[in-house]
Amino acid sequence: MSYLYFPGCSLKETGKSYDESLRAIFAKLEIPLVELPDWNCCGATSYMAVNEMKAYALAARNLALAEETSESEVNVVAPCSACYMVLSKVQKYMDEFSEISDTIHGALSDAGLKYTGKVKMRHPLDVIVNDFGLAALHQKIAQPLEGMKIACYYGCQLVRPYAEFDDQDDPQTMDLILQTLGAETVDWPLKTRCCGGTLTGTVENVGLRLNDILLKEAQKRGANAIATACSLCQFNLECYQNKIQKNYGTENVPVAYFTQIIGMALGLDDKDLGLHRSFVPFSKDLIKGGAHVHA
Amino acid sequence: MSTLHFERQIKYESELDSQFPKEIMEIPGGEHLATCIQCGTCSGACPLSIYMDHSPRKIIAMTRAGFKDDVLDSRTIWLCASCYSCTVECPKQIKITDTMYALKRKAIKENRYPKGFPVPVLAREFFGIVKKTGRNNERNLLLKLYLKTNVLRLFKQIPIGLKLFFKGRLGLKSEKIKKTKQLQTLLDAVERRTS
Ligand code: SF4
Ligand code: SF4
Repeated sequence: MSYLYFPGCSLKETGKSYDESLRAIFAKLEIPLVELPDWNCCGATSYMAVNEMKAYALAARNLALAEETSESEVNVVAPCSACYMVLSKVQKYMDEFSEISDTIHGALSDAGLKYTGKVKMRHPLDVIVNDFGLAALHQKIAQPLEGMKIACYYGCQLVRPYAEFDDQDDPQTMDLILQTLGAETVDWPLKTRCCGGTLTGTVENVGLRLNDILLKEAQKRGANAIATACSLCQFNLECYQNKIQKNYGTENVPVAYFTQIIGMALGLDDKDLGLHRSFVPFSKDLIKGGAHVHA
Repeated sequence: MSTLHFERQIKYESELDSQFPKEIMEIPGGEHLATCIQCGTCSGACPLSIYMDHSPRKIIAMTRAGFKDDVLDSRTIWLCASCYSCTVECPKQIKITDTMYALKRKAIKENRYPKGFPVPVLAREFFGIVKKTGRNNERNLLLKLYLKTNVLRLFKQIPIGLKLFFKGRLGLKSEKIKKTKQLQTLLDAVERRTS
């Protein structure tokens, strides 16, 4: 089965290493991944604040483009939580509310597009656990992640409110993957607590504090690294650490995409995984030792 | 002898706007708002409620009752990060996050938000960039945001901006889709069909 890839805007910029590491591990695992031609921005949270129906239309164009690529059902992989949520939401709402589906179908057809409902939204966590399988993943280990103690951070929009592949309150897929690869994952209650999204850029003191709470709790539970599955979460948790340290005295801790950590276990090069783009170095040292990193 | 002087804190019914709840409840599934039991689960689940002037529960009650000015002038709607914690916990299946979005749209449309408050500007700029190019450009978005709200903030962000740049995490060329015309046609068609 091949997968259509919807990178989303942030994976082209601040979340570049998510894009790089995802492509690298899918290639290594021989899971075919083809970028959706001419995809557009999903609308994220901001478009919805200006115009509801246009936000749905924006998302729906991507679904229509995906359908053009195949006669049968298509699996669209969206790694960014916001994209994944928005694309899933428009599917749900088109089923649920006729005023939305009438307008969207009409507008799509005015633009020479059509969507009949054959797209299945997938997250890479879902693909790896449910399609590829943990047993198969175990076979591919080149470098077991022994000594790594990871706090898996799922954030909000990945599992809430639509994902069916994992639990909304206590999701497990990322934990299972990293455990399979030899890492220990810590039990912590803030797995799905919001990082504040764009608040770090708009209401900075509030945004910083939300992230500080996450960083502190992860470390308190013994984590020596945090794994994320969303580019905005990763950006907030990692890039603001200097500011957070200044304000709240919180120690720095490396924050990597779960795909980068998988890549390490598969023996891929740091560069192919975008590890050189980290602000707080995430390195192989974590594998055996567990010392805190001071950036 | 001096007398204590009290000002009335709560509006009389005649001062409320009965049209307002109707407009907000027009969103898909919005009719459920009427069934709120004021249990406060949403406020308890909300990670931002400690920063809000009115908790999510209060916003729902005030919207339903027609306290238009108080709701649209509140900071609550701009602090909402759309994390859906409230929505998944609400025992009455009220789409609280969607309601917050509807309130943001209303406030943006009526041009009423706290002065210099950057969130509505972010939303507007984002809308503009995506409409033109089909993709968001984080660098332009942030530049515009800071230039339009507070230039000083821009300077404060320079260290992170530079670091992102040197790590190759800021795109220099703006991403653009090929079929921008098709996207415009689509968005115009929505405009026509909804107005
Ligand atoms: S959780 Fe639902 S029912 Fe309870 S106060 Fe909030 S909106 Fe009302
Ligand atoms: S969606 Fe908004 S109101 Fe609801 S819990 Fe999250 S931040 Fe609070």
